[in-house]
Amino acid sequence: MGHDPAQSAPVLALDGITKTFPGVRALDGVTLELFAGRVTALIGENGAGKSTVVKTLTGIYQPDGGRILLDGEAVQFPTAQAAAQAGVTAIHQETVLFDELSVAENIFLGHAPKGRFGLIDRPAMHRQAQDILDGIGAEIDAGVRLKDLGIASRHLVAIARALSVEARVVIMDEPTAALSRKEIEELYELVETLKAQGKAILFISHKFDEIFRIADRYTVFRDGQFIGTGEMADTSEAELVQMMVGRSVDQIYPERSTQVGDEVLTVAGYSHPTEFEDIGFTLRRGEILGFYGLVGAGRSEFMQSLIGVTRPSKGAIRLDGKVRVIRSPADAISAGIVYVPEDRGKQGAILDMPIFQNITLPSLPRLSRNGFTRMANEFALARHYTERLDLRAASLDTPVGSLSGGNQQKVVIAKWLATQPKVIILDEPTKGIDIGSKAAVHEFMAELAAEGLSVIMVSSEIPEILGMSDRVIVMREGRIAAELEGDALTPETLVRHAAGITTKGAAA
Amino acid sequence: MSVLNSREAILVGAILVLLGIVASRFPGFVTPTNLVAVFTDTAPLIILALGQMVVILTRSIDLSVAANLALTGMVCALINVSFPGVPIGVLVLLALALGATMGAINGFLVWKLAIPPIVVTLGTMTIFRGIIFLLTDGSWVNSHQMSAAFKAFPRETVLGLPVLGWIAVIVTLILGLVMGRTTLGRAFFAVGGNPHAAVYTGINVGRTQFLAFVISGMLAGLTGYLWVARYAVAYVDIAGGFELDVVAACVIGGVAIAGGVATVSGAVLGALFLGIIKNALPVIDVSPFWQLAISGAAIIIAVAFNARTGRSKGRVILKSAEHTQ
Repeated sequence: MGHDPAQSAPVLALDGITKTFPGVRALDGVTLELFAGRVTALIGENGAGKSTVVKTLTGIYQPDGGRILLDGEAVQFPTAQAAAQAGVTAIHQETVLFDELSVAENIFLGHAPKGRFGLIDRPAMHRQAQDILDGIGAEIDAGVRLKDLGIASRHLVAIARALSVEARVVIMDEPTAALSRKEIEELYELVETLKAQGKAILFISHKFDEIFRIADRYTVFRDGQFIGTGEMADTSEAELVQMMVGRSVDQIYPERSTQVGDEVLTVAGYSHPTEFEDIGFTLRRGEILGFYGLVGAGRSEFMQSLIGVTRPSKGAIRLDGKVRVIRSPADAISAGIVYVPEDRGKQGAILDMPIFQNITLPSLPRLSRNGFTRMANEFALARHYTERLDLRAASLDTPVGSLSGGNQQKVVIAKWLATQPKVIILDEPTKGIDIGSKAAVHEFMAELAAEGLSVIMVSSEIPEILGMSDRVIVMREGRIAAELEGDALTPETLVRHAAGITTKGAAA
Repeated sequence: MSVLNSREAILVGAILVLLGIVASRFPGFVTPTNLVAVFTDTAPLIILALGQMVVILTRSIDLSVAANLALTGMVCALINVSFPGVPIGVLVLLALALGATMGAINGFLVWKLAIPPIVVTLGTMTIFRGIIFLLTDGSWVNSHQMSAAFKAFPRETVLGLPVLGWIAVIVTLILGLVMGRTTLGRAFFAVGGNPHAAVYTGINVGRTQFLAFVISGMLAGLTGYLWVARYAVAYVDIAGGFELDVVAACVIGGVAIAGGVATVSGAVLGALFLGIIKNALPVIDVSPFWQLAISGAAIIIAVAFNARTGRSKGRVILKSAEHTQ
């Protein structure tokens, strides 16, 4: 195409954008430039600020500082509509579409062509939708219901929807996460088509092979800060990984004298028809075992199977040397394995229930006799753990819903500790909480391990994994990609195994 | 912890105001004899509301209770006609078992086939009524065909209160024990409050809902015999539409229709409130239209009140408000 990036000005640029949430600086003066007909890859770990950038560009978040420049002019996107009218459109990780509507209706929802009396001009809508679909080479009939389409076709509909608003800037947030190999190839072709049409594309992905395949330029963020930008041709995987993770130690993790004891839990050959395959590891007393991987690597799915929420198709576990079969969460609790889920809002506390009843709920079989609960035992147990976690409430009888978020979290943790487990699985224990609370959670994990509890920590944050784990299992696409400890445990090796980069500096 | 929390205190207040208004027009209504009669008349509603309360608490609904009542009542009546010698105790056990079986069918469909409860019980409601028709060809079982003992049991008076009233009292006490002091009761609250969280704490959500339907069905079956014996008649349409009164009693009693919140005392008071309205308004010459309108208004006011209290305890964001709750 004879494109000379040095001469063209960016279509859309972020200049010194800052965005702060309570307790977190999500974006700290970042810069990002998108050029017509070029694909810019935005690279960064979870929490680097990628999603915040997408939301800022599409008018969902308002930046606290800095400028958004459209063709060099400072603009504001107070609403999502304003961004759309300016030609900025995003195709999201999880596409937001409507099952019961037709493909054409999905594409034009909110900006359908109008006929007389302001009614929707259905023939025109259908025709235009079909044109867009044909234009991107999608063999989809605009008249069918969305629910009759497969996941890949839905993605194409989402892309068609993005294009229906005369887009100049197309943001693709992990577009290949749910696609098969063949569908990914088709997506690449589509990206090439969009490029040829002169659209500026922001491509967000964790997969390096993809980035090297499709992107022209890269920009790296780390912890909400701009780290660097450049041409893909001038860089290597090794350099990008270094930029992504190379950090000064900016957070202090508790000192731990690792005194790992006997084997507590041994898992062998755990498999599930669709979610994970051949997971095996051992866990020792007093150990913190990290589970690292990209979002969707199958870590949570495996943990849920381990505690009996879903059934594995194959595999065995031994606990303290004895073979155990876990068919339900109740089995897991009585065996001494508990799971603190990631979504503590939805899967954690029962808000209408009093504090003490929340805490004793999984321990009730132990606390009751012949199906009758014993209030005095319940209160004693609840009091013990609320004091230990320094949870202050007017009364243990008050509903959990009346507590602050932090105290609700304490109730959830107290609930699981009260079962006196041997193994505690913490899924993303510090996701979405501020730095101060994070440190408290880390402190507490170290304490639990020191008391001889075995901890499995599922985390997508590299510093947390490095700072807390004695050993780390990296999962990728439902399998164990690596087990790392000691000197092998570095940010680079973690990212390499999680992203599936096989040889050092392969693309260099 | 007070025995009556604020919502129940308000209901008690509303009932007293209602009684006061009626008494000012017709003092005879508040004599002990009449109040006992009103309570006894409301007993079936109380028993059914308690069963319904458990079901609604677990995020379900049982619309088949009145049909279950009618079918069980008819079966009891037919047995009595054919085998007058069967003792009442056996009949009561049979009514409990038959009702529980119908509840189990509902519960099984909800649990194992994951059909929405409203659909399941709408279907079984019609099926149960249809079975009565098949059993009887639409004919009635009348008073003269029933044995004296069969008809006398719910009316027999013990310590000034008919057996029917006593049964409502006993069911209330048992449900109070189950809901407040057993692991099963706790499971009902947990499943209704947050089924996702309940799963992780080792509670089988489907099985818990199943048991709620069994309890509701069992109580409906018990009420079936009592109803047929008290009114001394059984036919296809007895207690037609009564399931809506039962749901209304729960709603007035503060049972959250979305599940998770309910009290035994609330359900009983809700049933009593409706029962008093139904008994008192005709006495003071309120037209049938106004009776319905007042019942309906009570339901809407109760729901609006629930929604308001539900909102106010939502989120405490202000640090300063954290410890004031």
